[in-house]
Amino acid sequence: MNRRAFTRLTLATAVLPALPRAARAVEEWDGIVDLARGQEVWWHAWGGDPKINDFIAWVGGLAAERFGITLTQVKIASTADSVAAVLAERDAGKTTGGAVDLIWINGENFAAMKREGLLYGPFAERLPNWRLVDVAGKPAVVTDFTLPTEGYESPWAMAQLVFEYDSARLPEPPRSIAALQDWILANPGRFTFPKPPDYLGVTFLKQVLYATLPDPAILQSPVDPATFAATIQPLRDFLASVEPALWREGRAYPDNESALGQLLADGEIDIAFAFNPGRASAEIAAGTLPDSIRTFTLQGGTIGNASFLAIPFNSSAKEAAQVIANLLLSPEVQARAQDAATLGFQTVLNLKALRPEDRARFDALSLGPATLPPDQLGPALLEPHASWATALAEDWTTRSGTGD
Amino acid sequence: MIQPLRAAPAVTLVLMALPVAAGLAATLVPAAAPGALAGLLAWPGLPRAVTLSLTTGLASTALALALTLLILAALRGTPAFRLLVRLLSPLLSVPHAAAALGLAFLIAPSGWIARALSPWATGWSQPPDLMILNDPAGIALILGLTAKELPFLLLMALSALPQTDAANRITLAQTLGYGRTAAFALTVLPALYRQLRLPVYAVLAYGMTSVEMGLILGPDLPPPLAVQVADWMTEASLTRQGTAAAGAALQLLLVLAALALWRGLEAATRAALVRAATAGLRLPALDAPARALALTLAALLAGALLAGLAGLALWSFAGLWSFPDALPETLSLSTWTRAAASLAQATGQTLFLALSSAALALALTIACLEAEHRFRLRPAAPALWLLWLPLIVPQITFLPGLHRLALTLGLPPFPATFAAHLVFVLPYAFLSLAPAWRAFDPRFIPLAASLGATPTRALWALRLPILLRPLLTAFAVAFAVSVGQYLATLLLSGGRIATLTTEAVALSSGGNRRLIGAYALLQMALPALAFALALALPALLFRNRKGMAA
Repeated sequence: MNRRAFTRLTLATAVLPALPRAARAVEEWDGIVDLARGQEVWWHAWGGDPKINDFIAWVGGLAAERFGITLTQVKIASTADSVAAVLAERDAGKTTGGAVDLIWINGENFAAMKREGLLYGPFAERLPNWRLVDVAGKPAVVTDFTLPTEGYESPWAMAQLVFEYDSARLPEPPRSIAALQDWILANPGRFTFPKPPDYLGVTFLKQVLYATLPDPAILQSPVDPATFAATIQPLRDFLASVEPALWREGRAYPDNESALGQLLADGEIDIAFAFNPGRASAEIAAGTLPDSIRTFTLQGGTIGNASFLAIPFNSSAKEAAQVIANLLLSPEVQARAQDAATLGFQTVLNLKALRPEDRARFDALSLGPATLPPDQLGPALLEPHASWATALAEDWTTRSGTGD
Repeated sequence: MIQPLRAAPAVTLVLMALPVAAGLAATLVPAAAPGALAGLLAWPGLPRAVTLSLTTGLASTALALALTLLILAALRGTPAFRLLVRLLSPLLSVPHAAAALGLAFLIAPSGWIARALSPWATGWSQPPDLMILNDPAGIALILGLTAKELPFLLLMALSALPQTDAANRITLAQTLGYGRTAAFALTVLPALYRQLRLPVYAVLAYGMTSVEMGLILGPDLPPPLAVQVADWMTEASLTRQGTAAAGAALQLLLVLAALALWRGLEAATRAALVRAATAGLRLPALDAPARALALTLAALLAGALLAGLAGLALWSFAGLWSFPDALPETLSLSTWTRAAASLAQATGQTLFLALSSAALALALTIACLEAEHRFRLRPAAPALWLLWLPLIVPQITFLPGLHRLALTLGLPPFPATFAAHLVFVLPYAFLSLAPAWRAFDPRFIPLAASLGATPTRALWALRLPILLRPLLTAFAVAFAVSVGQYLATLLLSGGRIATLTTEAVALSSGGNRRLIGAYALLQMALPALAFALALALPALLFRNRKGMAA
């Protein structure tokens, strides 16, 4: 028995109840790190973006080197596939040794897993790096689509909707939903959005709702089926007016954010949008978008949220998964993710809470040619309650989803 | 030794049919849930989605079959035909997703053709807003499916052709004044189609239910039924499982209906051929236009596939490549170097699964066919149906249930995935080998016995060496089928086995052409290698045996 394990045993039997809470937490965390050594973590994360895949591989290198953890990304096409996999395992009675150890998640997927009891936790607020997270300044790190996370998922990146355009073709972009509507009608075929239920496509619908509802505050409550149709009439009117002037006359839509970005890169459209304010800069750095691409946000703000990590209830490596979640909250990894040359994801940390040397990592980052500085990004609007995403997607599919 | 061999056909059928039946039952059970059918019927896109599934499946199958026969009738023996045969293996080994993505890049308004012609010929400085891809009638999808299924049918036809005595029959008919095309249709086609029927049914079922190709090339609003069912199955809210199951059930019925309709078409064609034969139509004037048509269409389809793939390959080396540049502004290796580690790992996993499942499938196929021969077993009609089951039952209707079953049994990822691959690989191995095996000159075996050889020795020393080429072709087909498996690998491995195909499809959701190009290139290279070996080995081993080397 090594010394640390011996100490832990002694502590557990005799001293533990008397220890102050902080010291006990440190001890507990050391135990988790010990158990995590040698574990294999299969991280289900969307695999459609090589920049993200490279970043995850880099994190895997750190995890192996520092904690003896083998991290493998399972590159999935849709997070819902992984949710369905865990659900299928539970239905088949597989309560341990599950296939999914860690999952990149938010929104309806999180709501569904939490509702179905498919999550391990709470764990997030026990992570040592949790104290660096900017809970006060970025409330979205503990509220996922109005649903309190309650420690069942740990944030790792901030996202905010930004629009992208080619400044070489479009000198002055429209900066409100109303201006965008006029612009679409004046430039037929040059704008589109990912096909709902894709999350970015649904986000665009929500953004239109924010701009057209008399009182957007109702978005924070669950959908009321009785008034839903009347409530969203302004959105339906907006869509009915722009649809004939959308790309392909609204008879085909790109599948997701990357496909939308590809249309911008191919020059098929003039305005795209993404949930990552640094995406355009990172793509320019990777040589896949021309360096005349710039970004803008809308007057009154755009929707913002956080990306999270969750651990399924039957994860085969719960300890190592927590170590990875904690590692992703470290200033070193957060700064790397925010680097425009890597991902351009905004950090979830409170820069003021960092030690000077860690803060310097962020100060040293350049934004990249297309990224707005934080003070020009505008306010981040709260995500509506998760039920809106489902209801909006369904309404869109019923009304516009047949191409008539 | 004798008893296990005798049981081989039964064991093989159980290995194939049991997973399909059990998976089907487990997937379709939710269809009976209250509200499942109502949810499906409430979907406004349903009538068009159903129509699309039927039209794209039937049209692409009819076109691919017609062109296969036209090529055989009009081009056999010409240099163009020899070139086409040489292109077959690379074309056949192209995974569906890669072929579709390549075609999409070729024909899109911002694609390669438009770039090559812009702005000098078209005047476009930015891509036009044209509905060439994802057109509501599904024409792009029909073309994609036709181009992709043509090589498969042609290969199946080529492996069956030697047993139809085609050359002699055509020569004889020609001496009686029949044109080449008419001679083929009247004397070879009836015998050939008998052996081509199963592959044609598989093509029809696949064309109606392909998720990857429908997603990339097919109409969007609404998509063909199979694409929508796959969508429902993976919906985040987990509330659409019943609707998805009802959709899957409907898809199954549609495939059965289309097969019935096809049988009707077969009978009608047969009647027309009989009438043409009794009328003594010789139609020599048909040959020149038939040849021109076959050449044009074959060149167009093969050219489109190859150009699309070349485009993808070029993307994997491209830096910035904006419209309307016909070529990338810069070339770089960064896509390949950055992805080297995961490419190597995925290649390893792909090879391991494909080699092991193809080897077992071939061994089981040989055991079945040998048992059939030694014990004079006649494959009964129900047995044949079971053999087709995995090819005709849409994947989306039984794989999710099969996954649940594997979980309940506690099967680890590799055995579960291997078993699912075997289910798909076996029928193709069987379909590919059986015609040649059954057409093996029956006089060889008694001759060997009269010289004192045991049946086992006759198998190893005579039958297998003589059938080396079809054996290797069957292995290559099985190998390529395993390499191309997407849903089976993804679901049964729980995502823990990353093959080139699962990685490429995951990437294709992101539209990153550079990385897709790299994966697609490797995905093509593996089966192409297998087919090249299937062609080269017999030629090498039997270079001093006229009639076996080719």
